[in-house]
Parts: sequence; C-alpha cells; structure tokens
Amino acid sequence: MIDHAPGTPVLEMRGIRKVFPGVVALDGVDFDLRAGEVHVLLGENGAGKSTLMKILSGAYTKDAGDVFIDGAPVSIGSPRDAQSLGIATIYQELSLVPQLTVAENILLGHEPSRAGVIDRAAMRDAARRSLAEVGLDLDPDRRLDRLGIAEQQMVEVAKALFRRARVLVMDEPTSALTAREIDRLFDVIRRVTAAGVAVVYISHRMRELAEIGTRVTVLRDGRAVGTFPLPETSFDALIRLMANREVRDHFPRRRCKAGDELLRLEHVSGPSGAPRVDDVSLTVCRGEIVGLAGLLGAGRTELARLVFGADRPSSGRVVVSGRDVTPKTPRQAIAAGIGFLPEDRKRHGLVLMRSVGENIGLPSLARWSRAGVVSGRTEHETAERWVTELRIKTPTVAERVVRLSGGTQQKVVLARWLAADASLLVMDEPTRGVDVGAKVEIYELMNRLTDAGAGILMISSELPEVLGMSDRIYVMRHGRIQAELDAASASEERVLQAALGLAS
Amino acid sequence: METGRETAIRDNDLSRRGPTPAAVARRYRASQRLKAVAGLIGLCLLLWILTPHFLTVANALNVMEQTSINAIVAVGMTFVIISGGIDLSVGSLVALSGVVLASALKSGWPIPLALAAGLGVGAATGLLNGVVIAFGRLPPFIMTLGMMSVARGAALLVTDGRPISGFDAGFRSIATGRVFGVPAPIVLTLAIYAVAHFVLSRTRFGRYVYGIGGNEEATRLSGVNVRFHKTMVYVVSGVTSAIAAVLLTARLNTAQPIAGIMYELDAIAAVVIGGTSLSGGEGNLGGTLIGALTMGVLRNGLNLLGVSSFLQQLVIGMVIIVAVLVDVLVKEKRA
Ligand SMILES: Nc1ncnc2c1ncn2[C@@H]1O[C@H](COP(=O)(O)OP(=O)(O)OP(=O)(O)O)[C@@H](O)[C@H]1O
Ligand SMILES: [Mg+2]
Repeated sequence: MIDHAPGTPVLEMRGIRKVFPGVVALDGVDFDLRAGEVHVLLGENGAGKSTLMKILSGAYTKDAGDVFIDGAPVSIGSPRDAQSLGIATIYQELSLVPQLTVAENILLGHEPSRAGVIDRAAMRDAARRSLAEVGLDLDPDRRLDRLGIAEQQMVEVAKALFRRARVLVMDEPTSALTAREIDRLFDVIRRVTAAGVAVVYISHRMRELAEIGTRVTVLRDGRAVGTFPLPETSFDALIRLMANREVRDHFPRRRCKAGDELLRLEHVSGPSGAPRVDDVSLTVCRGEIVGLAGLLGAGRTELARLVFGADRPSSGRVVVSGRDVTPKTPRQAIAAGIGFLPEDRKRHGLVLMRSVGENIGLPSLARWSRAGVVSGRTEHETAERWVTELRIKTPTVAERVVRLSGGTQQKVVLARWLAADASLLVMDEPTRGVDVGAKVEIYELMNRLTDAGAGILMISSELPEVLGMSDRIYVMRHGRIQAELDAASASEERVLQAALGLAS
Repeated sequence: METGRETAIRDNDLSRRGPTPAAVARRYRASQRLKAVAGLIGLCLLLWILTPHFLTVANALNVMEQTSINAIVAVGMTFVIISGGIDLSVGSLVALSGVVLASALKSGWPIPLALAAGLGVGAATGLLNGVVIAFGRLPPFIMTLGMMSVARGAALLVTDGRPISGFDAGFRSIATGRVFGVPAPIVLTLAIYAVAHFVLSRTRFGRYVYGIGGNEEATRLSGVNVRFHKTMVYVVSGVTSAIAAVLLTARLNTAQPIAGIMYELDAIAAVVIGGTSLSGGEGNLGGTLIGALTMGVLRNGLNLLGVSSFLQQLVIGMVIIVAVLVDVLVKEKRA
C-alpha cells in the first residue's frame, strides 16, 4: 500500500505564511504529518486551522513557506495539484453531487469506459471496492441525496481512497453527526490510518481528541505553539496553550428562579403539508433555559422553525407572555420578541458578502431608522459593542463575514439577536464549531440573559451541554415530546432512553 | 517518542518573507476601486491618440448627455442586479412609457400630469414584474423576458406602430435646457445618482436589497419582508426606465414605439463593468456610473472613428464579454 516506515513524515509544511487584508492568518507555521497518524489541529476560532488546510488542498495560495511531500518540495497551485499529490479534503460542507449515484460520485472524472461509453459494471465494482475499504456496505446505485449526512461523508472518504489519497484532511467533520455516526466515522478513520493514510483532524471537541488523535498541534493567532503526543497530554494544558489564558471547560449554569411563563406551545403540529412536528406542547419561563434533546431528525429544528415563523404550523398555538402570536412569518416572531439562532449559519443565518455590522443590524434596522433612513451611528456603535463583548475576531465591523472563521461567524449571528434585544431566544446548536473558550463565554452570556429575565429554548445534540446548561429538558422523538425531565434529576442515560423511545 | 524540538513552544521569527496585512489591504482596496476607473481612463487616452477631436469640452459634454439615458436605466438595473435578479424589460418600458407620455401631451394634458402618466406606467409595469417574481416565484429572467414583449406590444398597440412627435418647447427643455450652464440631462442624471446612492447605502430598503441578493433566506429569517422589498426593486427599475423615456422623448421630440431596443444590454453592461456582481449582494452605483460612461465613450469613439454601426454592435458585445470575463478571473484569483 504505502511504502513508509511508520513515523516518516509524509508531509511537511515549513514557515507557511498567509496574509489576508487586515489579518495575518498564518505567521510562519511549521507542521508535519506522518503516515498512519491522526494529527489533530487545535486552536481557537480564527487561529488559522482551516486556512492552513486550505493551503494544503490548493484552495488558497500561500504567501511564503514551503511544502514537502516525502521530503521533496512540491508546489500546490490548485485543488487539482493537491489531488494529484494524494491530498484529499473533507469539508463540513460536502462536495459531492447530490443527483448522482454513490458510484458515479466516487468515480467522478475517472469513469471506466470502453470506446467512450461508460462501463457501468466496472464502475459499480470499483465503487464497491472503495466502499469496502471504509467498511461501508452501501448500494453503489443509490442516489447520493438519499443518504444521510454521515453516509455521504463516508462516501467522500471512499472517494478519496479511490483516488489513492495519502493525506486526508477533515475539517470539523463531526459537527453534524450523532454520537453513533461519530463512532462509525472513527472506525473508518482507524481503518484508513491502519492502511497508512495520514489524517489531519480539526475539531473543537476535546473528547474526540483523546479518542482518535495520535498527536496534536496547537495553533494560536496564526502560529504553531507546540506539538504533543496524545492522549497523554492533559486537556487543561492544551486549552491553556491555545487560549493563552486560564479557561475552564465547564458548564457555569447559574440557575435563577424561573419567573412568569414566557412561551407556551399548545398542540403545535406542522409545518402545514408535511407534519414533522406532531402535537407538541411545552413552556419556557422567564429566566429559564429549556433544553430540547433528541436524535438528529427527531423534529427539533422543525419545531424551532415553527416557533419562529420560518415555517407555518398546520395547527396549534404559539403563546408569548399570554398573548397568542402564532407567527406566520419571522417578522411577526421578531415583533413578539423572539430571536432564532439557526443550525446552519451559512444558509440561514448570514449574508456572507456583507459586513459584520450589517449582519448584526439586519433585524434591528427598523428600530434604528427614521423615515427609512438608517442611523449609521447607532448601527456602527451597536455592532462595535457586541464585537468587543463577544470577542468577535474581526479586523473591523466593516469586514465581510465570508472572511471570518467558522466559529467567529457563529458569534456574529448570536450578536445579531443580542443587539435585537430578543427576550426569547431559540438557539439551534448554539456552540457548534465554537472553540472551548468561546463556548464557556456563550454559556456565561446565556446566564446573563436569563438573569435579565430572558428565556432560552436550546436545541443541542451534545448531551453534556443539555444536561449542564438546562433547567428543564424536553426530549423529542419522531416529532413528539417523549419526555420532560428536570435537569437536576436527569442523566445522560435517561435522556438517551427517551430519545430512543425505550421505556423509562 | 517526541523530540524536544517538537514539544518546545516555538518562537516565530517576525522578519519572515511575505507582505504585511496593511499592505495587502491597501493593494486590495486600490485594485477594487481602480479597476473600472482605469479602464475608462485607458479608453479615453486611446481615443485621444486616435482622434484629436475626442478630447474637447464640446465632445465631453456630448458624451455625457448621450450617456445620460443609459446611465439612468442602469440605476434601476443596479438595484435589480444587487437584489439577485435581472430586468430584461427596461428597453420596452422606455418605449411604452414614452408613448404614453407623448399621447398624454398630444391630448393636451398639462406637462406635470403627462409626466405622472409616463412615470406611472413605468412604475405599474415594474410593479407587475415585481409581484409576479416575488409572490409568484417566477424566475426574473422569464418574467422580464415576457414583459419585454408585452410592453413592446402595448407600445405598438397604443400608437398603432407610428411615432408621436412635435412637443412644445416647455417640455423639450427637459432635454435641451441648461442649469448654470450645464446641460439639464447631465444635472438630472447626477441628481438621480445622488438620490439612488443615498437610498442604496443609507436606508433600510438599500440594506435589504443587498441582503436579499446576498442570502434571501437569511434575510427573511432576520424578519425582513422579502417579497415586498423584492417587488419594490422592480418598481424602481420601472421608474428609472420611465425617467429615461421622458428624457429620450424630450431630446428627440418624438416618442417611438420601437425606441429602446437593446437598452437592457447597455444597462446590464454598465452595471457589470461597474463591478456589480451578477450573482447579487454586491455592487454600488458609483461603479455603474463609470460603467455607463465607459459604454458612452466607447460608442462615441467608434462614431468619431467612423466605425460602421454594424461593426459597432459587434465590438460592444465583445467588450461586454471581456469585461465580465476579466471580472470573473480576478475574483477567482482573489479567492
Ligand atoms: N478568505 C479570507 N479573507 C480574509 N480573511 C480570512 C479569509 N479566510 C480566513 N480569514 C481570516 O484568517 C484567520 C484564520 O481563519 P481560519 O478560518 O483559518 O480559522 P480557524 O482556525 O479555522 O477557525 P474556526 O475554528 O473558527 O473554524 C481569521 O482571522 C479569518 O478571519
Ligand atoms: Mg475553521
């Protein structure tokens, strides 16, 4: 397979520098990767992890530095170059063609053909072989869009293996996966590394480090500040190194007395036409954080969208502070004081080409303008304030959001609803893609919001987060509320049992 | 297993090769601003060398006057394109608004009322475009392509295919008058640009136009009434087309039902040369004005050089393709 003594670097990056307008994203980074290892890249939001990997995959060109493969200098000018050097990248946003079959996707651009006609049987065989390599038993003729996100990801791995990839880069691959799917992905990773493939793995989840990592390199402000063996290095030391200050990975929930009822859902079903949410009733009080747990596809996001008026319920009522507001549009929901942090920030949250300030101000412009003219000062000052408060890493508030790192973008969406003074926040995976330090900051912020009398409905697939931050927990399954638990007496087992529909 | 070299916290050498962020930012901003302007200046220099008559005050004013109509149509087109749409019906709308205005004047309506009729037709047609696009979810390309034919047909029906000409001097002064010595069309154009620029950059409506073009769903989820504002974008385009029709009618002293053919091409070209992205969410009116001037200078230069109108058409089409191509390539390199 790959003729390397274990431990020889397959890949070396030396003195990599990358400058964007207003930021030094990478400032002379050294990085090396050995055959068969899983090398974790750890760092705060905006530290430069994705940028380093984009240079490797040919998406960006470096300003200075050298890349070596098997000790020989190479130049990577385009994604094509990277591919022919055996470097494959799996982004969080998948890069497959949803309308094609599994086999067609795996062999895209390399279709076996006879006299110009595609040899379907050979194609299916080749695809099946690659799928077997990742331990996936899938029908190669299935259309890709029929598969779940986790399976699609594994098809991407199979595709990379088919192309004889020796370096596999995974940038936050698990953020949309369930616990069981993560286990399967890790099995695949173990399988490919056993065959000599080197994996670069980016994640903000410390637990995953210990489970899958061989070594870890910490990036801080565009510099590599150290490489350590895993799992023997302590998390606390790593976190301190990456944040350059004392940060504790914990859930600082300060419970305050729940006040008056803020939100009440009465027998809500929908959206009209396709009821995924089935007869849900729940309440959120002032000062309360209510967790919404459940497996992926249990209807939690759908419920959040109904509350926010993004979709219309087919029946039931949404009552805010005793008033029936059942919103038909997000505008009505916002008028009732509801804010919504969507799960997919790029699609549903941000206008990527516009500035940080504009993105923060979007729902508040009506309040900040007179006769349709926006008060530039209010807009600017509010944006500045939240950028400072949430430590949003951006050169200025005029920077386009597309240029910010993933976790930083999430903070911009959060800032938007804080600026809009929402009294009820519906948060769908609020800390997805956010670094450890920022995560704790977001939790502290949730505390402050509830102290000030706001209510929060939090969807999260991270059980520790649900248990650690919620006052009450609803567990959803197949669009219904399966259980309501008091956070004080809930446990991971009980939540999971309810989510799976096992007797409790 | 780990060597000391690896575990040590490396201190990085600051004096590495490579540019500083400030330098990159400066270069980037300059390139953005200068691209369109440089094209225009280069073109002017070329024409100055080729024909001495080009760089005279008289010709400069002439170019600006002739540019004014396309420049005004391009204002609405900029709104539409930033919102992520396209309006192919502008040329036909110029004709329809023109003949309605002319008929009103001919039937003895007072000038303000006739102007209101012309502008009203533009606004109403734009409204129809907008409603069907925003509420009926028809692709803008299809709706405005259809409207291109509908409005043209209506203009021909109203006039029975004949031009309407001969208006009194009061009306014609819209095109022939001068304000402090500057030809009225130039003043009118600049005024429209000033107002439109204010709307686009300082008002809620402007912000929403960028938001809708950049990410319609995210904008909707921010509580913006997307359908309403999308509709209004086409109304703006209808109104600017109608204003262009007023100017055209006053200048030619005639309203033609076959006026404005291919105006959509010039307007889209002006917008795109000005750096507004056809995929929406980006762009500004300053660029469009430069784009319109570039188109005007190009036409004027080709005329001065005695290039036949057939060849002109061919050259202008190629310029548009090259301008967009350059834009795409530059963007690709930047990413
Ligand atoms: N295309 C770009 N244009 C301008 N600046 C950019 C661009 N891409 C990244 N940056 C900047 O470079 C820095 C590093 O970003 P990068 O995306 O690599 O961070 P990251 O470590 O992956 O963070 P996260 O954990 O949030 O994903 C950030 O300050 C970011 O704003
Ligand atoms: Mg990243």
